[in-house]
Amino acid sequence: MATQTTFLDTNELVLNMGPQHPSTHGVLRVILKLDGERVLGTECVIGYLHRGVEKIAENRTYQQFAPYVDRMDYVAAVSNGLGYCMAAEVLGGIEVPERAQCVRVILTELNRIASHLLWLGTHALDIGAMTPVFYCFREREEVLKIFEKYCGARLTTHSFRIGGLQYETYDNFEKDCHTFCDWLDKKVDEYEELLTTNRIWVGRTKGVGILDAEACKAYGVTGPVLRAAGVAWDLRKAQPYCGYEKYDFDIPTCQNGDTYDRYIVRMAEFRQSTRIIRQAVDSLPSGPIKGKVSKVFKPPIGEAYVSIEAPKGELGYYIVSDGSVQPYRVRVRPPSFVNLQALDEMCRGALIADVVAIIGTIDIVLGEVDR
Amino acid sequence: MKQFLKTIFLVDLLQGLWVTFRNQKPSLIYTEQYPKERPSVAERYRGAPRLNVHPDTDETLCIACNLCALACPEELIVVGAERNEETRRKELTTFTYDTSRCMFCGLCEDACPVDALELTQDFELASYTREGAVWDRQMLEEGPLPTEYKH
Repeated sequence: MATQTTFLDTNELVLNMGPQHPSTHGVLRVILKLDGERVLGTECVIGYLHRGVEKIAENRTYQQFAPYVDRMDYVAAVSNGLGYCMAAEVLGGIEVPERAQCVRVILTELNRIASHLLWLGTHALDIGAMTPVFYCFREREEVLKIFEKYCGARLTTHSFRIGGLQYETYDNFEKDCHTFCDWLDKKVDEYEELLTTNRIWVGRTKGVGILDAEACKAYGVTGPVLRAAGVAWDLRKAQPYCGYEKYDFDIPTCQNGDTYDRYIVRMAEFRQSTRIIRQAVDSLPSGPIKGKVSKVFKPPIGEAYVSIEAPKGELGYYIVSDGSVQPYRVRVRPPSFVNLQALDEMCRGALIADVVAIIGTIDIVLGEVDR
Repeated sequence: MKQFLKTIFLVDLLQGLWVTFRNQKPSLIYTEQYPKERPSVAERYRGAPRLNVHPDTDETLCIACNLCALACPEELIVVGAERNEETRRKELTTFTYDTSRCMFCGLCEDACPVDALELTQDFELASYTREGAVWDRQMLEEGPLPTEYKH
């Protein structure tokens, strides 16, 4: 019989956070093991939003599956669509016209801005700064308006098709992009004014949730979390796709790998994205928008893995084809899921209030984690 | 010393408050007072489906080719057709479209060879029953009844 150590042994406490907790950004459940305010360990329980997207792919044709990928990372639906379409194009050996690639770059960069805006707003809200969320959603609205005008949907856009684009750009597309970029640059300055030197923000984020470069590599963490640790790894530079090699931009990095640095990196990425959009809009070539794709898309037997730099990190699509109209297997390498695995390492020894900040800083979307 | 004074006088916090103050201008308000104020959606907006009829004759444009039903990922379109013995042509009899399962991807409208099926700018698809979300041919041709709001 186990002996009761002490009558008032209340040192360790197991606490469930979520799945309905507003700061877990969806339906993530984190089991926290606490010693007072200190976190001894965490365990993530995921799968509340599992829809079996990869299985759905096996029962749809290649074209039919394209709208479903938008519903994984619904904050960055355009990036998901790009990754899937590119993988299918590699599989089918389809050349994408120059113009289509340029428009793809513009839209994915706009989507990166929209995704980062949503991250900034909700992350700041979690930490206690209420103002940025209103401003971020205001700016995000402008991006969504461009999407709506371009393809008719705001969030789950389904803007790309295998082989290129379905829709030609609308009148004033270039002007809208330029106006938005100029506007956003000023607004990013405003966010920085609100947060970068704010002592509460600095106090809540500096030195919180440190993940150094070695640990990042060990976990396979990518995206802004990795770049904040000082590794200048960006797939747009490392293995350029969609003509990213033509555009002049930098990879923002920081050294410490804490929550504050991830914020700084993402803020810098806003500016780099507007830089890319401006160059792409100015160099928008004319020509066809869709390559030669037969209506019944039947890629040869084989497999393809294509990864792109989504706003949250490396997003990969692995498709196996058995030569029929339906993919044999589609496997997604979601950045959110992989980045979430580092949560335990980041949370150990932190305070319970920091857990909220750390979940926010990884920038997860549960639709992508659970798929 | 300068840093100390900055801390005492809450410079960083006042700087943030100044941003908030600058954004108080009424012309910067973004909120839409729906349903009092209706948003104007884009021309390409993918909303409620519509089955187009010929403007003069009121005859349906649909040729019952079934391509939309084949393109749909959710298989929610059912096209009923009958062969007309006189003209030896397929003619549309029924057309059902289950909006409750639709994700408005636009693949059906892309597949339509005669621009009969179209996703329109209507975005109010709420219904009191599940059956109400399944639209038949008449509803698709006439469009949903406009909703009047009393407030």
